[in-house]
Amino acid sequence: MKINLWGVRGSIPTTGPETVYYGGSTSCVDVWEDGWLLVLDGGSGIQRLVVNNELATKRIDILLTHLHLDHIQGLGFFKPLFDEEMEIHIWGPAGSSRTLHSRLSRYLSPPLFPVLLRDLPCKLTLHEIDNSIFQIGPFTIQSAFVIHPGPTVGFRVSGHKSVFTYIPDHEPALGLNGIITNNKWVSGIDLAQGADLLFHDAQYTVEEYQCKKGWGHCTMKDAALFASMANVKHVLFAHHDPYRSDTELNEVFATFQKDNSYQFKYELAREGMQITLP
Amino acid sequence: MAAYDIEIILNRQLADCLSIPVFITDTVGNLIFYNEPAEEILGKRFEDTGEMPVEQWSTDFKPLDEQGQVLPPEELPLVKTLKNAVPYHLTFHIESMQGTNQKISVTSFPIIGRTGKMLGAVAIFWKTNEE
Repeated sequence: MKINLWGVRGSIPTTGPETVYYGGSTSCVDVWEDGWLLVLDGGSGIQRLVVNNELATKRIDILLTHLHLDHIQGLGFFKPLFDEEMEIHIWGPAGSSRTLHSRLSRYLSPPLFPVLLRDLPCKLTLHEIDNSIFQIGPFTIQSAFVIHPGPTVGFRVSGHKSVFTYIPDHEPALGLNGIITNNKWVSGIDLAQGADLLFHDAQYTVEEYQCKKGWGHCTMKDAALFASMANVKHVLFAHHDPYRSDTELNEVFATFQKDNSYQFKYELAREGMQITLP
Repeated sequence: MAAYDIEIILNRQLADCLSIPVFITDTVGNLIFYNEPAEEILGKRFEDTGEMPVEQWSTDFKPLDEQGQVLPPEELPLVKTLKNAVPYHLTFHIESMQGTNQKISVTSFPIIGRTGKMLGAVAIFWKTNEE
C-alpha cells in the first residue's frame, strides 16, 4: 500500500514561504494498491494529484470524510472529473435531511463554482455512507461517524497486508474531562484499532484547546492518547493550524516531544510525504 | 468489544456535565451510564458498578403511584421510550432499597442517530414538589 500526502493543512489553504516545508494545501491523501486509487478528501491538495498511467482501470474513488470547505474545495480542480473516459465514484456522508448530491451541489454550482455537478464530463456516481463497510478493488473500507460538527466520518482502509486509518477532523476529547479512557466510549477507536498508520487531527496545543472546545479538533496530546488506546504503530499528526508557520509548528512539536514519550512512532504530517506500508 | 456510537458517547459526555440525574441505557434497557447525581437515586456509584444489566438496576428502587401502589414496569417512561422510540414524562414516587421515599419527575427520550437507528434512551430525573 502506497500513501501520498497532498494536503495536511486545516481549515484554509496557507501556501506561502512560511509554510513551504509542511505545506499549505488542505486535506487530501491518496492510497494505492494493485493499480487502484483511493483519494481521501478533496481539499486544495487534490489539485496537484496527477494521475498518469499507473491506474489499472479507468476508475478513481474519492472518499470524503465530510463536506466542510477545506475537504471539498479542490474537487472542481481535479482533472479526472473532466475526462469523459473516467469513472469517478464519490463516497461521503449524507445529512439528516439532505442527500450527498444536494449537499455537494451547494458548492459545485453557481455562484460558488461555474460547473454544475451534473455537467461534469466523467461518469460520476455518488455513494452515501454512514457506519458502513464496503469494498473497492483490493481495499476493504470501514467508515464510521466521528465527533466533529456536521456529519463526519473517518475511514479505515485495509489492503492486502496493511491498515491505514484516516481521521483528519476529530474531537474525541469533547466533554468535561476529555477522552474517557475506556475504548467502548471513544469516538473513532474501532477505525484505528491496531492500524499500521494513523493520519489524525492534531491541530491544537493543550492551551489552545481550552478556548476551542466544540470546534471539532484535537490536541497533539489527545491524538497521541487516542493512538495509544488504539494500539496503532505509527501516527501522523495533521490538520495543522492555518496560523502556524513551519517554525512555529516545529516549536510546538518539539515542546510536545520533550514532555511526552510513546511506544509508537509519531511525527508531523508533511505535504509531499510518501509512505509505503507492507 | 466495539465502541458505542458517537450519539451515545456524546450523551454520556453531556450527562457528565449536568447536575441533574441522568441514566443512559442501550436498546434493551441495560444501564450503560449514570452520572454522579444519579448515583444518589441508585445508591450506587458508576465507578463501582460499571454498566448494569436491566434486571439488576431496575430492582434497585421501587416505583410507586400516588396511592402507594407499585407501578408496573410498562408504565415507566424509560420502558415506554425503549418500546415506542418516543419521549415520555411521568411524575411518581420511588422507594429506594434503604426504604426512603422520593417524589420525582422523569423525562425520557430515545437516542436515534443519523442513520435513523434506535441506539438507546436517556432518562432525566429530578425531585419535585409537584402535588
